[in-house]
Parts: sequence; structure tokens; C-alpha cells
Amino acid sequence: MSSFAAIELELDSFAPQAEPRSASQRLLALAEEVLERWIEAQGEIPTSESKEGFRLLALHRQGARGIPSFNACRETCREIAYHYNLLDEKPDSADAARRQRMMALLVKHLLLFIGGKMQVEGLGEFCCAARPLRLESSQTS
Amino acid sequence: MDMPAKDRKYQRVAYYPGCALEGTGHAYNSSTKAVGKALGLELDEVKNWNCCGAMEVKNIDPKVQTYLSSRVMSIAANEMRAEVVMAPCNGCYHNLKKAEHDLAHDASSREVVDRISKKAGHATYQAGQVETIHALDWIKHGIGEAGLKARVRNSLKGLKVANYYGCMYTRPRHIFPEKDRGPGSESTSKPHFMDDLLEAAGAENVDFPLKTACCGGAHTLSDSDTSTKLVLNILRAAEAAGADVIATECPTCHTGLEMHQVRAEKVLGQKTKVKMLYFTQLLGIALGLSPRKLGVHENVSDALEVLREKELA
Repeated sequence: MSSFAAIELELDSFAPQAEPRSASQRLLALAEEVLERWIEAQGEIPTSESKEGFRLLALHRQGARGIPSFNACRETCREIAYHYNLLDEKPDSADAARRQRMMALLVKHLLLFIGGKMQVEGLGEFCCAARPLRLESSQTS
Repeated sequence: MDMPAKDRKYQRVAYYPGCALEGTGHAYNSSTKAVGKALGLELDEVKNWNCCGAMEVKNIDPKVQTYLSSRVMSIAANEMRAEVVMAPCNGCYHNLKKAEHDLAHDASSREVVDRISKKAGHATYQAGQVETIHALDWIKHGIGEAGLKARVRNSLKGLKVANYYGCMYTRPRHIFPEKDRGPGSESTSKPHFMDDLLEAAGAENVDFPLKTACCGGAHTLSDSDTSTKLVLNILRAAEAAGADVIATECPTCHTGLEMHQVRAEKVLGQKTKVKMLYFTQLLGIALGLSPRKLGVHENVSDALEVLREKELA
């Protein structure tokens, strides 16, 4: 199990590899690990199921259950899956190095968002969930 | 230009600039008005408008926020007889849409809004009286890509743009029932209206996967480091995608990107070069308006150099 700091360090030192498929597999595994930490912090066991062919998307769905603001990282997860597919389908593309760099930045964004949310629970709540922080206010109005 | 009947209502709209456009987003206000004038689209500013409730009121009492947003729509509908309210700020746009949704679906919201409206002495806003749109909808539906293209005098050709929509323009999905309706409608997962308009103006949109990613905006004061890191990652992704500039469509997003770009350099020692411009500033340049008229000099992020490099200014 890697800490967020160790994952961040690995992402910061990431350099495109000659074998794009192994790079994308590693980046996808790091993204899944980030979501696993979030789910474990909620007291749950991370799912081993897949959604649309990706465990990452099933993990995101599990992590977002009952927490609408967690959807702020839904598109980031979908973009990670998309970049994985690009690299898997066309490893010889002239864009392979750029796509690897972008996938690493996407995983970094996921890490920053979830890392931030684990410290400040309300991250994303003002904007993405349209949900008040003081729920009791809405119930007593 | 001949417009389909459904689009004529977007050519003259009630304009709700909101607080930010009178302050840090002043350049967005002036560029929106200048572009509207150049395109023959009319804006009637909502009379005696008030704050939409922003983030602060929502967190104290969300129904008061619903009331505040409803008052803006009530003035537009009942005093100005407007069909459409245009809000260029994502926060205002989001709050008006949320109020519309709450009033259509929640009886207790209707009761609170009716009670405060009567006390304040104005007509209670009824769901459906006006349609709230964003500045992107206004130009997209009011003039369209073809109409815009026909008016371009200074093509943005050669300028690579990453379009950043932020989070409030598309989330939560349920308050935007008109989106995700197939061809011609906006997408909440991959918005494209800004891309469409800037492409019509000649720009080259880069593939930018963080176009709706969280910038930590609402926590910018309470947790500045998280916000700075999130913004820095957005800026780096734009640079990795090859962008010269990031186009924005919200004063809060724009200011957040600008301020955290400066903070990332000062606090983290991480410098990025990509510049920020409001999409209305870019459209204005394409329409032949001067950068000064569009308030480009008011931006913290100085984009004049890149505009000169591309022979756009």
C-alpha cells in the first residue's frame, strides 16, 4: 500500500516510457489505489468489480455513493480510462509520449482532489453538489 | 441574418452581470457588452438586481439563496417582461438554475420564496417564467457559429486554446435539464459550446481533458495550498496539451487560475507560462475589437505578448 505522498512523488517523477502500455497500466493502478484509500477511509472495502471495463470507474461509483460532491472527479476518472484506452489501442502513435504525460497529470489531479477532500471534507461541496454544508439549516427553514 | 424563430428570443435578453463582474471580473463585463454590440445582440440589464446568494448565503440558509436568485428572475419576468435572463458568471448561472429547479420541485422552497417576496413587496417568481442561460448559450443560440464566422475580421488562426469551463457550468446535472439532449445541446460530461465558438473564430482548440476539473475554488482561502496545487495541475495540463492560452467563461475560475498561477510561482517555485483570457475577449479580438476595449490590460495574466506574437494585437 503506497501513501499519497509516495504516489505523488512517483507521478511527479514520471517520464514517458518506450513501452506505453506498461506505463498506462501503472498509471491506472495508481489511480485505483487513490480511490481505494478514499473508500477505505469511509470504512468500506474497495470493490473488485468493473464498470464499462474499468475497476477504476466502479471504484469511483462506490466512492461517490451518498457523497454528491465526489462526482467532481468523475470526469477525471473517465478521462484516465479514455487515455488508457488510447495508449492501449495505439501504443505506436506519434502522440504516445504526450498521452502518457497527460494521463499522469490526470492521475495527479485525482490524487490532489481526493487528498484535499480527505483533509477538507467539504471540497467540491459548494460547487459540484449544490449541497449546503450546514444541512440542518435546510431542514429547519 | 435570418434566424430560426426559436433563437430570436436570445437576441435580446435580460442581463444579470452579478457582483463579480462589477469587481474582479470587470473585463469580462466590458468584453461581454462589446462582443454583444459587435454581434448585434442586445442586453437589458436587470433593474435593481441583487446578489444571487453566491456561496455564502447558500451555506447559511439555502432557501434564502433560492429567494435571492428568484428575485432577480422575478424582476426580469414581471417588471421587464423578459423571456430570457443571461448570466455570464458560472456562480450566478448555477444559482439561478438551482433556484428554478427548487421552485419547480420543492413546495417548501416555494412557500419560503412566496413569504419573503410578499414581505419585500414584489411579485413572487413562478418556476418557468423565464429561461436562464449562460453567455455561451447567448452567443451560440443568438448568433451561432455561422453568424460569428461571417463577422470575423481578425481570425484567431494559429492560437492554440485550452477551454476551461470549471465545475458549476455543468454540475449537478439535474439542474440543467436542457443539457445532454443530443446534437445541438451542451454536454455536461464534455462541454463544447466555448470550443465551438472559438473554433468558428479561427482558434485551434487543443484536446484538454481537465476542462471541468475541480480547481478547489471554494476553498481558496481556507485551504490555499490544495487550490494552488489543483490549479497548477490544470495549468500544466493545458501547457502539455500545447495551449498558448486558457479560455475561461467565469470570473471566479478566471481569477482563481490567475491568482494561483502567481501563488504557485511564489510559494511552490513552479512557473507556468500559459495565459488566461475570457472567451469574450478572444471573440472580441476575432471581431476586430481592440484589446483595450476588451479589458485585456486589466487581466492579471498578461496575454498581450502572446497576442502580439500571433499578430492578433
